[in-house]
Amino acid sequence: MDNVIRRRTPGARLARAVLYTVLILAVLFYLMPLVVMLFTSIKPLDEIRAGSLLAMPLDPTFAPWAKAWGEACTGMRCEGVSVYFFNSIAIVVPAVLISTTIGALNGYALTKWRFKGSELVFALMLFGCFIPFQVVLLPMAQTLGWLGLSSSRAGLVLVHVIFGIAFTTLFFRNFYVSVPSELVSAAKLDGAGFFRIFWRILLPVSAPIIVVSVIWQFTQIWNDFLFGVAFSAHDTQPVTVALNNLVNTSTGVKEYNVDMAAAMIAALPTLVVYVLAGKYFVRGLTAGSVKG
Amino acid sequence: MSTVTTSTRPVDAAPGRTAAARLQAWLPRLVLSPSIAISLFFVYGFMLWTFILSLTNSRMLPSYEFVGFAQYARLMENERWWVAATNLGIFGGLFVIICLGLGLLLAILLDQRIRQEGALRTIYLYPMALSFIVTGVVWKWLLNPGLGIQAMVRGWGFESFTFDWLIDPKMSVYTLVIAAVWQASGFVMALFLAGLRGIDDSIIKAAQLDGAGLPRIYWRVVIPCLRPVVFSAVMILSHIAIKSFDLVVALTGGGPGYSSDLPATFMYTHAFTRAQIGLGSASAMLMLGGVLAILIPYLYSELRSRKHG
Repeated sequence: MDNVIRRRTPGARLARAVLYTVLILAVLFYLMPLVVMLFTSIKPLDEIRAGSLLAMPLDPTFAPWAKAWGEACTGMRCEGVSVYFFNSIAIVVPAVLISTTIGALNGYALTKWRFKGSELVFALMLFGCFIPFQVVLLPMAQTLGWLGLSSSRAGLVLVHVIFGIAFTTLFFRNFYVSVPSELVSAAKLDGAGFFRIFWRILLPVSAPIIVVSVIWQFTQIWNDFLFGVAFSAHDTQPVTVALNNLVNTSTGVKEYNVDMAAAMIAALPTLVVYVLAGKYFVRGLTAGSVKG
Repeated sequence: MSTVTTSTRPVDAAPGRTAAARLQAWLPRLVLSPSIAISLFFVYGFMLWTFILSLTNSRMLPSYEFVGFAQYARLMENERWWVAATNLGIFGGLFVIICLGLGLLLAILLDQRIRQEGALRTIYLYPMALSFIVTGVVWKWLLNPGLGIQAMVRGWGFESFTFDWLIDPKMSVYTLVIAAVWQASGFVMALFLAGLRGIDDSIIKAAQLDGAGLPRIYWRVVIPCLRPVVFSAVMILSHIAIKSFDLVVALTGGGPGYSSDLPATFMYTHAFTRAQIGLGSASAMLMLGGVLAILIPYLYSELRSRKHG
């Protein structure tokens, strides 16, 4: 828009100053928790007790990070969050790949091979984006039991794939709708088949939406807590569940610096993705939640 | 919003007689069928299943002894449920309103040709990439009276400063609002900013020619144009509010006592740790009802606006 405060009158200059002040206050509000988390995670305990929340670390140490990674107690066990960090990776990677692949094929079939009722199918699947997951928890627990997948990483992968498909299908469907169909029609006339057209025509232009879908699914699944806590056991917990256990384990002295280091470790993967690919992250957020 | 109309013509594979051609014609449906089956079973089937469980007297294990709507009646007499439901009203209401206000304010300010706009946007939005568990853990640390913000401000010389909402049953639910606003308001800002950038300049130029001042232009011209964005944002935010579970677990644990319980934590506690599967299912169904109550008007207006172009 072009309607900016630009005139150089004193009033305008004052308005400009107020504007920047508010924006910088907001920066402080959003950054403060991250800064405190980082500072606390590298302070020794006595410095935390004696000093102020925002005080710079005088004697930075990475010992809390090492402890959070390898030794801190999460419930009964004391082997840090590393095991659970790798659990999360082992759950996230297959779940993201499978749900994105299925979503891509679904979106393709729903847009380039329409059939009677394909819009209905889409609407039917879309509803899965909106349900509160509490409504599927109990039946899911029982079904995982029947499948022999209770408390297993494979079970969590399955759950995340099942409830991720609605989102990935939505992403790809809305993307492929805007890909011109002329080329597809021509290829069909030439006798090219379903998968061949997908492979040769759609897939080469899909890079942006694949990135959006992968980032969205990665963030959702990495940050999941509800499914993690409901369907995992001690040795299969994702890192969010372990973090919560670590913070709430009350044996001996409360080590705030270790808590914060563990929180940083749990937060880093999604933060890194956000910093590296923020544009796609935002696009996923708006596509995943605005589009009905 | 997504458009349904496209240039795709339903080109069915030529009505060839060969099996291969027939397979080709059915392939799209075949590819979709596992997802359809999954959706029917794991979404719709499970909703029905939970509804059935809510009609039984299941406790530790699911049983199928039907007791009609007795669990719903029990829920209505359960004080803890009412605390959770009231908390959702307080939490959801404040969360939505503050996020909208803050998001709109930041979006309008950012839209004034700000230096470093990209960096500011990145900072405002990063909390959305975090897990609610991380957010809860951090804010629990900030809000703990002994070493957190209260201690910090007292250390500055304001000895009587008190900020102990986390351990005050009357105020604990507001700590959820603070943390949730911190996490989601940047996202609302991004939605509004996209909306602002989409507004046609000529409308504003016309208003300027009429001699309207900037605040007036925003209030009378720009903000009304953002109505669809407000609508989507309210939808998304109330959806987040109803589903809020992790944040409560990590920040307050529902406490002190059960003063900051929300329906999502109520459901989990009763179904998974207190062996009240029937009651938990009934509360899950009410949560679904809540989501439908905001979703259906939204979809209705979406479809209507689509029809009217």
